[in-house]
Amino acid sequence: MISRWQQFAQSSFVYSFRNDAIAIASAIVLFACLTASFSAPLIAPFDPYDPMQIDLMDSETPPLWQQGGDTRFFFGTDAQGRDLLSTILYGTRISITIGVFAVLLQAFVGISFGLLAGYVGGRLDSLLMRVADIQLSFSTLMVAIVTLAVFQVAFGTELYERLAILMLILVIGIAEWPQYARTVRASVLAEKKKEYVDAARVIGFKPSRIMVRHILPNTLSPILVISTVQVANAIVSEAALSFLGLGMPITKPSLGSLINSGFEFIFSGSWWITIIPSIVLIILVLSINLLGDWLRDVLNPKLYKD
Amino acid sequence: MLGFLVRRLWQAAMVMIVISLISFSIQDNLGDPLRELVGQSVSEAERQKLRDQLGLNDPFLVQYARFLKRAVRGDLGNSYFFKRPALDVILDKLPATVELVIGATLIIVSLSIPIGVFAAINPKHWFARFTVGASIVGISIPVFLTAIMSIYIFSVELGWLPSYGRGQTMNVYGWTTGFLTKDGLVHLILPCFALASILLPLFIRLIRAEMMEVLETEYVKFAWAKGLSSKRIWFVHALKNTLLPVITVGGVQIGTMIAYTILTETVFQWPGMGFLFLEAVNRVDTPLIIAYLIVVGLIFVITNTIVDLIYGLVNPTVRLARGHD
Repeated sequence: MISRWQQFAQSSFVYSFRNDAIAIASAIVLFACLTASFSAPLIAPFDPYDPMQIDLMDSETPPLWQQGGDTRFFFGTDAQGRDLLSTILYGTRISITIGVFAVLLQAFVGISFGLLAGYVGGRLDSLLMRVADIQLSFSTLMVAIVTLAVFQVAFGTELYERLAILMLILVIGIAEWPQYARTVRASVLAEKKKEYVDAARVIGFKPSRIMVRHILPNTLSPILVISTVQVANAIVSEAALSFLGLGMPITKPSLGSLINSGFEFIFSGSWWITIIPSIVLIILVLSINLLGDWLRDVLNPKLYKD
Repeated sequence: MLGFLVRRLWQAAMVMIVISLISFSIQDNLGDPLRELVGQSVSEAERQKLRDQLGLNDPFLVQYARFLKRAVRGDLGNSYFFKRPALDVILDKLPATVELVIGATLIIVSLSIPIGVFAAINPKHWFARFTVGASIVGISIPVFLTAIMSIYIFSVELGWLPSYGRGQTMNVYGWTTGFLTKDGLVHLILPCFALASILLPLFIRLIRAEMMEVLETEYVKFAWAKGLSSKRIWFVHALKNTLLPVITVGGVQIGTMIAYTILTETVFQWPGMGFLFLEAVNRVDTPLIIAYLIVVGLIFVITNTIVDLIYGLVNPTVRLARGHD
């Protein structure tokens, strides 16, 4: 009798992972980003949220390897004198948190609607899919920009800054549910015809049980594949919104607001405030996207295509 | 075809009604038009009287109907900041944004089709492998980062290209264009490439994948068996069917493109609609925000409808399939 773990370790899934250098490399990079950012309070040399540790005299110190660098600040400091390395670590944590929670929300809404539309069919199906079509034709970013802009005006800047994380998760989460809904619906339509669903229906299970316990597990591989891409997209959306000044405030910066705060300084030579967080963002998103590509090749689900 | 057209126009009208409802509720809830008119020093009784006169106490639907009537005539109120009709302010900036989108589209079309087709025909060639690899990196770089990096490299470090504004423009029948002056063209290069950078990799991948699929189909094999020249098979037989899904995706991506103009315009301080919109948000200039929403919504709806109709024209199965449900 082999244990579950052994079964997993011998699966073709793990085998193909072991034989794909790019997948291993991006998994390592992603893991490093995750550990570093979530242990930020332990490993960061400074606390960027603590005004006592910030000295305006240190502002715009270049990175260690450049002339004028300071040994205390490996990546240099930003315009307010905050240590860039610490700020990036904390910022990455915020970016990843927003990305993951936004995708969880998308997945919840999208999977529920997709299951309902696919299983129930009929009018509900055409209504939900029409709404999804229309929402997709307006790009997520557009919807998010407009919604956040309106809320910022309505709440006032101060209240908005306190609610920023929640607002970003809600807006990015709700704007992209059609991606999940369409994919799930397509797989539900394929699964619904199979005999095990008929069997479950004959036994007399309720539709909710058939949807969640029987059909849902068989749609997991496309969900897994789009989830990786969606997390990357959500992180990029968050960065874009924060860059426009509609996201995280500079007192509690995510990677996007850090890039925004340093942007004006690239003309005066302080390139690192913008460029270093940019590179971190690119590496983070790229490693997630590469993993997603590999997952798609391995699981090879029939993704909704239109 | 007529049924398809009617259904499509009906849907477009519904979307515009939803947009106008959203815009109206923004206007209704944000800012107080009375304060813009009379300031703080007016008594409460007089305020109420003014409110009645202006119709601000009317039921929601009455006010909405009035808003619609004025909006259809192009009257969206005066911008608080510019003290001019909001629609005029927006339309003044429209050419800048449209030229940015045109430039980016030209870049995308002229690069993605040849590269995508080449990568599909010679999948083992080093250039094909390189572009496929580079496209995933390209997809992972957000558009504002491409913009910032290109400013840093080409404007700050190398000093080759200008980093902001439209440069010298020419006025052609009321349309300011940067395409006709050398200075204007130089200013267009970086913003257009930055805007194109987000969709270019997507389209290369899409065209490559579709083309590879089409090359495996029976009718292409039959064309080979007939002994047609390879050029004819690739560029006439296969390319036609490759471009079908590309049209659909292109239609959906027009929305993305307009959203990304906001980012590109912010980085390059491009005097277009998106830049204006963000300024309006910071100044709480409600009429201008609403005018932007309606103009952009209209552009979305019109382009989406046109793309759908074109798709219906070139692909008859869509018409038939949708005609039955």
